Amino acid sequence: MAEPSQLSQYIESFVDSSHSPGQQAASLEAIASLLKNNQLTIETLVREMEGYLTTVDNVIRSRGILLLGEVLVHLASKPLDDATVHSLIAFFTDRLADWRALRGALVGCLALMRRKSSGGMVSGTDAKAVAESYLQNLQVQSLGQYDRKLCFELMECLLERYPNVVASLGETLICGICESVDGEKDPHCLMLTFHIIEVLSRLFPDPSGALADVADGLFEILGCYFPIHFTHPKGEDVNIKRDDLARALMLAFSSTPLFEPYAIPLLLDKLSSSLPSAKLDSLRYLSDCTVKYGVDRIEKHVEAIWSSLKEVIFTSPESDLSFTSESLEGLDIPKNGIAAEALSLLQKLIVQNTKLSLDLIVGDEDINTIFNMISSYKNYHEIPSEIKQRLHAVGRILSTTAKASQVSCNRVFECFFGRLMDILRLSARNSSGQPDSDESILISKICNHGALYLSIQLLSACRDLIASSETILAASSHTEETWKSLLQSFSPSLTMAFCSAFICSSEDTHDADMYFGVKGLLVLATFPGGYLLISKTVFEKILVTFVSIVIMDHGKILLWKLALKALMQIGSFIERYHDLEKEPSYMGIVIEKIVSLASAGDISIPFPLRLEALSDIGTSGRSYMLKVVQGLEDAIYANLNEVCVHGSTNSAEIVTHLLRCYSDKMIPWMRCAKGFEEVLLQFAINIWNQIESSMVFSASQTNERGVLDALIKTMKLAVASYSEEKQTIIVQRSYNILLSTISFPSEELFQQERFQTAEVDNSSGRDEWVLSLFAAVIIAVHPQTHIPNTRAIISLFMTTLLKGNVAAAQALGSMVNKLDLKSTGGQTSSDCTLEEAIDIILKSSLWIFQKNNSSNIQAKITSVHDTGLNNLCNGVGSCTSLQIHAIVGFAWIGKGLLMRGHEKVKDMTMIFLQCLQSSGRANVSNQEKGVSENNYELDLHHSVMKSAADAFQILMGDSEQCLNREFHAVIRPLYKQRFFSTIMPLLQSLVMKLEPLSRRFVFRASAHIIIDTPLVVVLSDSKKIIPMLLDGLSALSNDVADKDVIYGLLLVFTGILMDKNGQEAVSDSAHTIVNCLIDLIQYPHMMLVRETALQCLVAVSRLSHARIYPMRTQVLRAVVKALEDPKRAVRREAVRCRQAWASIA
Amino acid sequence: MTLGLINANPVVHAKKERVARTEDPHGDDAVDPLEIYDILLLILILLDIRDPEHPYSLEQLSVLSEESITVDEKLGRILITFTPTIQHCSMATVIGLCLRVKLKECFPPHFKVDIKVAPGSHADEESVNKLLNDKERVAAALENPNLRQLVDECLYSNEL
Repeated sequence: MAEPSQLSQYIESFVDSSHSPGQQAASLEAIASLLKNNQLTIETLVREMEGYLTTVDNVIRSRGILLLGEVLVHLASKPLDDATVHSLIAFFTDRLADWRALRGALVGCLALMRRKSSGGMVSGTDAKAVAESYLQNLQVQSLGQYDRKLCFELMECLLERYPNVVASLGETLICGICESVDGEKDPHCLMLTFHIIEVLSRLFPDPSGALADVADGLFEILGCYFPIHFTHPKGEDVNIKRDDLARALMLAFSSTPLFEPYAIPLLLDKLSSSLPSAKLDSLRYLSDCTVKYGVDRIEKHVEAIWSSLKEVIFTSPESDLSFTSESLEGLDIPKNGIAAEALSLLQKLIVQNTKLSLDLIVGDEDINTIFNMISSYKNYHEIPSEIKQRLHAVGRILSTTAKASQVSCNRVFECFFGRLMDILRLSARNSSGQPDSDESILISKICNHGALYLSIQLLSACRDLIASSETILAASSHTEETWKSLLQSFSPSLTMAFCSAFICSSEDTHDADMYFGVKGLLVLATFPGGYLLISKTVFEKILVTFVSIVIMDHGKILLWKLALKALMQIGSFIERYHDLEKEPSYMGIVIEKIVSLASAGDISIPFPLRLEALSDIGTSGRSYMLKVVQGLEDAIYANLNEVCVHGSTNSAEIVTHLLRCYSDKMIPWMRCAKGFEEVLLQFAINIWNQIESSMVFSASQTNERGVLDALIKTMKLAVASYSEEKQTIIVQRSYNILLSTISFPSEELFQQERFQTAEVDNSSGRDEWVLSLFAAVIIAVHPQTHIPNTRAIISLFMTTLLKGNVAAAQALGSMVNKLDLKSTGGQTSSDCTLEEAIDIILKSSLWIFQKNNSSNIQAKITSVHDTGLNNLCNGVGSCTSLQIHAIVGFAWIGKGLLMRGHEKVKDMTMIFLQCLQSSGRANVSNQEKGVSENNYELDLHHSVMKSAADAFQILMGDSEQCLNREFHAVIRPLYKQRFFSTIMPLLQSLVMKLEPLSRRFVFRASAHIIIDTPLVVVLSDSKKIIPMLLDGLSALSNDVADKDVIYGLLLVFTGILMDKNGQEAVSDSAHTIVNCLIDLIQYPHMMLVRETALQCLVAVSRLSHARIYPMRTQVLRAVVKALEDPKRAVRREAVRCRQAWASIA
Repeated sequence: MTLGLINANPVVHAKKERVARTEDPHGDDAVDPLEIYDILLLILILLDIRDPEHPYSLEQLSVLSEESITVDEKLGRILITFTPTIQHCSMATVIGLCLRVKLKECFPPHFKVDIKVAPGSHADEESVNKLLNDKERVAAALENPNLRQLVDECLYSNEL
């Protein structure tokens, strides 16, 4: 039991208004926790507070009551006995009359009313007493906003939790509520008010009951809120939006059918408002009311609603139909919200009052006028735009009507379909009968596009209706339907009409003609239910038409696209509905022909289009994909054979296209679709078989390169998608072929004397193919996949990469990236761990770069090769290229190590740094020699240094060709960041040491690193990086070859300027930066650099005024020159920049 | 800003279809009427926003069109002819002034800019032309703080 003195202290500190809100809340918490822990009973509390609750001082009394109320809020989950609850609620009920201390009473009532049944609830009689006291004493509208809100919450709570008790109050309750909500304006309170009315109406559903008498009064209060005009500024009431209010009001509107005589006229009236939001709201409310008021009540309004709706649909602004292939499915979804809402209301109306509304629609004069009018226009584009708008409106109305139900569909077909056919002058005939040739000529002369449009609308609505009903069409259930018989009898001639739409007007074919033709045929072809509705002949005729367009008519690009898209949709439709009857036709007609496109050489259609057709059709379904892939593969094998054996240039081009299609379109789809692994594996194995079998290899160097690249890419992607077991199969297979082809190099090959011979060794084209493909396989495997005879393969790749085969280098990089750190045991001696592999690599070829004075790196291996580099440096030109190949190869190996976070990458990097340094010294020493020799040597060395600098790009850049997630690389998180922070200090100190001439390459190397490091990392280090970056920008700006690097650096710089921390770092060296940027404004080699430099200057102008003001004149003078830039984009940027700097005065 | 009140029912012209310029990455882009038109259209749209009475853009009202701008890059001359919506349009001088200031900012100083009201489109054609092409008077007009503020608002309010 708590000390009484302490309790009274708490109470005093809450009641005393001189204490801060924080203290008051704390003491409230303290009292509540005392009660919760049973250290205090409510009875004691009330006794203690007696003085506060009964004093005549209004302020203290109201605080006292509030304290009791708030305490009860905290005790919501604590069980209380009934007697306590009863006496408390009686007290609060009584206090409702005390308007000076009302807040506490409201809080207390609400807290008690909301109690769960488990912990002691307020009894029915007490609730009734509360309601009575509420109605008798509270003048809600004279209270403040928060009190009003509490009042409404209390009433809401009463209505929801004690509906029967309060309902017995009858008219008093209704009148009281009316009185209390009348004139409410606060959004929070309004939400409650609307809900109260909604619940109240549900309490009195009796059409002759208490509510019926006052319905008009109640609706008068409600109606004046419609449409919601919400003007609250954005800052306050963030949690209530206009839409919430509109929705709450809608529920209140539709809560009882008794509102019908008042609501519907009001809504119809507001529907004609010019305010779009009012229109939209009216339509939504009408939809809701229609559903909830019921058939009888709405019946008398149907006519009025229809005429208003028609008005809305006819006048809603609508953009023109688009005739692109993308819009082929879903021709007519109104983008306009109002029209969409109107149509959905129409549909509800039809479902509810089918007979009446259908009579109205069928008998409507406007619709009939349109039907009369369209017969006078032949072509779609001849129709004036306003009539076109009305035509579209009619199309939508009819389509919505037909979609609503079977009955309405029937009725619409009965009344309109025949008329359309009359306008089109089509005759009904037996579904098997072929229209004779005379008639088809007749049709081709008169095709009325307005009527075609409407027929398409009707047909697609009908199709959607069947598709959505989901019931399988049994022959018996539909024979009596009128639309069905009409459809069956007209479909052949309709097909003719649609065909003629794009065939007849070949002279001046418009987009609309083709679009309608294709769309119509597509709709006919995608009727569900096999051949029940659309006969087999018709369906096949449609397919043949489309296929012939795809094969022959590539000149009309839109028509071609539309037809292809239509075929895709028919295909995916058959797949979706498992239409067993139609599938054979589709396979036979479409797939066969399309697949033949891959191989047939005599057709005039251009190759890219053929491949587009192949991949599009293939991706529309699994079974099609299997066939298409089969066809594509056959074509690839055949052409590949041509290339390998006969060296055919033509076939080389074809096979490159085919492979690209296979790798870009088919493989990604098959990877997503799952279950195609076997197909892909077979493909790779077949390719290997073919390589193996073609012993005569006469592909010439020029055309084989493209084929080989495409083949490597395809092989990589295919292998990457396998599981590990499948990968092991293909690795083994390819290794066997490799063994039979190539003799493995012996260890001694890496002796310097033999290197020259390795370089000139002319291995055959076939060897290169086998090696490159094997490299491709190795690049794409999982880390777990077993690679046989690792040592030998590493040595093999080492020799290959020195010949300039990048794929081999990438494969080596992948191998060191994925090799196991430790030997797993049980493996043969030919396998090796990562350490061993690195040793092999480093030992075998490091000497290329070793000089006498750099022995500190790898002391143990330098002694043998002391003379190596000197020989090479003074040797023939090919040795430079050898060095470059070696550097590129090392870069890829280094990348593999770097990505897995291996420490040996440091050794690799040191080699590159040595190259950057040592060649520089060689230059100096060469300069001392003669001029003639000097030029030659300088050039050579520069290219080696450049490639050493570019090695950092390989190290840091994300490659698409290998070592990425797709090819299962081991990637250690933050590896770029780590490398950046270790290497940058080294490069910075290197810059200090070197002569200006060779600094350029160090800058290039560091630029590559800065560009490829994530910007966040650069930003955190921006103070140190900015000087380096600026020096780089000025040092590299003289050479054209560095333009991409310059651009990359500038982009990084833009990033720094945009960041808050970056800006701080920048402002220290603002002067240097501005000078550097001003130089770049005139950068002659690349427009983007000039443009970005100007953008940077704009960003600089936002730095602190004191820093940049001194440079203002200088910048403005420089920018005026940029106004005369030959490029428009630069001029535009210059204007912005000038304005930015002019305005800082 | 009483344009809307003076001319309540303007003639509306169809909006011209904009042809996307094909960017040539290598060749130089000469200054052409379309570029100037694009720059000036910005001002016109702004004038337009300031005038909610007119639901049409000034492009639709054909105050300015691509054809009404001629450029001679060799001689460095730009001639702009604009058409006020009605004969007594009080905005003509302000529009002209805005055009002049904007062009001065966007082109190097060696370009000579002539701004004219289309013949027969304004009641006071001659004096408006004279005002707009008189260096001294333009400078004087821009010294007037009220006028300057109006022009600045037209030119820069989209960038705030």
